[in-house]
Amino acid sequence: MTGSIPGFIDVIMNLNSPTLLEDNLIWQAKTAGKRIIFYGDDTWVKLFPKHFVEYDGTTSFFVSDYTEVDDNVTRHLDSVLKREDWDILILHYLGLDHIGHLTGPNSPLVGPKLYEMDNILKKIHTSLLSKEGESSLPNLLIVCGDHGMSETGSHGGSSEEEVHTPLLFISSAFEKRSGPLKQPELVQQTDLAATLAIGLGLPISRNSVGNIILSVIEGKTMREQLRFLHLNGFQLSRLLQENMPTYEKDPGFEHFKIAEKSHGNWIKLYLEGNNSEVLLNLGKKVLKQYLEALKILSSSLSKQVAQYDIYSMTVGTVIVLEVLLLLLLSMPKALSNRAEFEVPLSPPLFSLLFYLMCLMLCAVHVIVCTSAENLCYFCSISWLMAVGVMMLISALTCVILSAFGKMLENPKLPAKNPAVSNSSWSELDVLILAGTVGHAVSLGASSFIEEEHQTWYFLINTLCLALCQEICRHYFLVKECDLHLSTAVKQNFDDIEETTQCRNVDIPSCDSKLGKVTSSGQLLKGSEKWMGLASPWIILICCRLLRSLNQTGVQWAHRPDFGHWLTSSEHKAVLSLLAAISLVMIFILVQRRCSLVSKIAMALGLLGVYSYRAAIGNVVFPWQQDSKDISKGIIEARFVYVFVLGIIFTGTKDLLKSQVISADCKTKSIGLWEVYSGLVLLAALIFRPHNLPVLVFCLLIQMIMTRCIWKPLKFDAAQITIMHYWFGQAFFYFQGNSNSIASVDISAGFVGLNNYVEIPAIFLTGFATYAGPLLWAIHLLCYLSSEVSRNSAAIGHGCFCYALICSVPVTVYIILVTGLRYHLFIWSVFSPKLLYEGMHVFITAAVCMFFTAMDQNQSQKIHD
Amino acid sequence: MKDTEIKRLLSAHIVCVFSIILTTVVPPLFLENFSVLGTHLIWLCICSICVTTVNIILYIILKPNPSSKRISFAHKVTKFLKCCVFFFISCILFHGIIVLYGAPLIESVLETFLFAVLLSTFTTLHCLCMLGPNIQAWIRVFSKNGAMSIWDNSLQITTMCSIVGAWLGAFPIPLDWDRPWQIWPISCSLGATFGYVAGLIIAPLWIYWNRKQLTYKSR
Repeated sequence: MTGSIPGFIDVIMNLNSPTLLEDNLIWQAKTAGKRIIFYGDDTWVKLFPKHFVEYDGTTSFFVSDYTEVDDNVTRHLDSVLKREDWDILILHYLGLDHIGHLTGPNSPLVGPKLYEMDNILKKIHTSLLSKEGESSLPNLLIVCGDHGMSETGSHGGSSEEEVHTPLLFISSAFEKRSGPLKQPELVQQTDLAATLAIGLGLPISRNSVGNIILSVIEGKTMREQLRFLHLNGFQLSRLLQENMPTYEKDPGFEHFKIAEKSHGNWIKLYLEGNNSEVLLNLGKKVLKQYLEALKILSSSLSKQVAQYDIYSMTVGTVIVLEVLLLLLLSMPKALSNRAEFEVPLSPPLFSLLFYLMCLMLCAVHVIVCTSAENLCYFCSISWLMAVGVMMLISALTCVILSAFGKMLENPKLPAKNPAVSNSSWSELDVLILAGTVGHAVSLGASSFIEEEHQTWYFLINTLCLALCQEICRHYFLVKECDLHLSTAVKQNFDDIEETTQCRNVDIPSCDSKLGKVTSSGQLLKGSEKWMGLASPWIILICCRLLRSLNQTGVQWAHRPDFGHWLTSSEHKAVLSLLAAISLVMIFILVQRRCSLVSKIAMALGLLGVYSYRAAIGNVVFPWQQDSKDISKGIIEARFVYVFVLGIIFTGTKDLLKSQVISADCKTKSIGLWEVYSGLVLLAALIFRPHNLPVLVFCLLIQMIMTRCIWKPLKFDAAQITIMHYWFGQAFFYFQGNSNSIASVDISAGFVGLNNYVEIPAIFLTGFATYAGPLLWAIHLLCYLSSEVSRNSAAIGHGCFCYALICSVPVTVYIILVTGLRYHLFIWSVFSPKLLYEGMHVFITAAVCMFFTAMDQNQSQKIHD
Repeated sequence: MKDTEIKRLLSAHIVCVFSIILTTVVPPLFLENFSVLGTHLIWLCICSICVTTVNIILYIILKPNPSSKRISFAHKVTKFLKCCVFFFISCILFHGIIVLYGAPLIESVLETFLFAVLLSTFTTLHCLCMLGPNIQAWIRVFSKNGAMSIWDNSLQITTMCSIVGAWLGAFPIPLDWDRPWQIWPISCSLGATFGYVAGLIIAPLWIYWNRKQLTYKSR
């Protein structure tokens, strides 16, 4: 409506949609005294409050409903069309969009919906035609979609199907065309605002970069056409003057001036009464000149929007890079037995270098900011802030330099690191390192970002096979290895799959061994052994099942998956059964380490989750097969929230108790587990019902890993942290997320809320999106705090590793994106990923803070 | 003694490499429209069969682990049958692992299975020829420091290389280049083949390079 191009950051702002304050068409129409009526999505009402003389907004966030949203619009139509007291009528039909989101573009629901829309169009058109005799001006009916639909029925990406929409002008003012249909013209979305403004006789909005669509005004006289084009060109050149200091040199502006001059000549001729062929031809020439000028003006204005603020980008990149370097340099110290992570602040702060750097950076800042031609974010922030950032950069540099110097002074320090001192790296270490580096490098390719889930699935599969090999070695080869360890033969990386084969073919021989050994202790050990051997395979099968639950990414997203099958309305009974089983499984898996009170709260909460889903119509109770009353489920959801808060509160109480009274470790681990189970309950509430199995498998895999893999194998905290991180990332994608904005499930932010409330909605949406990584991180904390007896610095190591492993891809990605900023896919692929990474950093920071809080409790207790 | 062994190993490996090269060069003379990429499944079959025969012939000629005992004919038959069963089990196992890695379960079963067969030929068959259906020997060879002869070492290297090759071969699949070799399972099977060939070449060189350090425990 403003005719301007949205910046990428508008994607985030759009969720909230506050009042549109920019100059826009609706506002212009209102000030011109037009009476506007609106029916449809209430986002419009929020965008333009008090602009409409009459409106009825429908909330658009209940995607499962595709009939009521449209009936809400259509029911007003008959009465409104009969009335004469309006100038503009805006109807926004949501049903088709909802069908797309729900069941995709090939759904059987699409046909009837389109037929319904056709009928409505027919009704409006005939009614407008019948009115036309009375009024002097012809009516115009515009049909357009605000976005297309991808193969999966969502939108927000940049594929051909998503960004191309039909635009249809129907009016008696256009000349009737017979014969075959012409190939439709391709126009920009921004052109509509300019065209409508001209058509309604309103001023074009200030920030519009659109060109008037010529074929709409084709029926007018040459004089009028030229007048309209001049108006459009004048507005664009004004906009250019505001945004570009060197506007006079712009080719578009020059063209416009030339066209203006010849327009003047044409007017002179016209006024002289020269009405010959010459005039017409000259007019056509001027028209062509205008069109060309408009085109160039528009494109140079659009480019203006997409200019990069290199200076601010560099500052940000430098800070991130320095933090990563600092983390890397302090790795040997932080992973030592004492797990100390100290930044030597005072000596570098008083060094000459620090002040010199500060001064130099300030000088650079002044030079850059005074010579900058276009807007720069970092120059526009206050001076105090800028100086603060400068000081931060130089302090970090000095700290890094001093740490580096220290490392050079006593190079023996790294040898104390337990991970490195064990001179031979196991296959698992190699895999972890290769995986981390490989993933970071793969972020440079747009396809690998689109299909990042494949990378993670591949990595955790390989990780499982490596674990399987470790377990085989642990159970079968311990004795032999002990004998061989002393020999100095070079270690071979024997192969993952090969050893798994060994395992499989080894079953008969071990069975015979088992037959001989009859003592009960050995038998118990045997069962443990088989559990351990089977567990990686169970995890692999779980992962394979989850993988086919949600197809994400771009290339294979259209493949049929289990999730879509479940959400289609024919399989509601199956979905209900699955949801019920999942909730029961969640209860069984979570309750084993809870106190009695939280057990009861958990059970009631999970019941509440099911009744909430039944209330909003996702699942059915067996006893109410055909009741259709769909509500928002506010009461049920709030009922669950009470239990979530209750469980988290008891958990926090236990944690505080263990901190203040320094009670035993048990209270603390119960407290942590209760916080964890509270989060699980919250996730169960806001996950879509077909995603509940993801939660179940998450808990199941964590249980299996803790019991059967980590307990016998005795990995150090760093390895376990990285494994948790990998699984967390994989679960992010198992949930159905991807690296495009379209896959964020906004409906999670509206669970239990009547209307949009900013803070809870953002929190809930963020939690629903990042539930996988978060739950794995909290589980890591639970596990490490139970491991404290074995390694007192476990939590410290874990926290440090988590921060490091998360910051590596972020830093690499920021540098890559800066380098690739002129890539063709920068806006469609790389930018959304950058947003996801930014959000991930926030969550990692929160997790690390939680870790540190827990760790400090621990260290205090040790001091006591 | 050792040098002659290494020479024998090298010649055997060179024969294997040549057999693989022949599978890409010879069939177009007999079959119309044959190309490694276009008719990939046929190539997979031909390559597996060819490598199998070459391996078995080499085993019969070279006899890397000669046993002193005379073995009865019946024993030989049971051993052969056992080998077949092992090979089949390993095919199924590879198929399972590939599906767990994300290959489609129902569509393109044939492609996946033939790829599993190819992998088994490169790894299991090689081991079966060298070690026989002897589980203890397998565990010994594939545990750390378990090699007892250069043949065991070469076995470790070639097996590892072909599996790593197949693993690396999966990387180009998500790229949007739309090349014919990105179709499942071409990139993976080519990766496995290249890995196998590389392993065959690397193994004698590596053993030659490290012949001083390599000490083998006697049986």
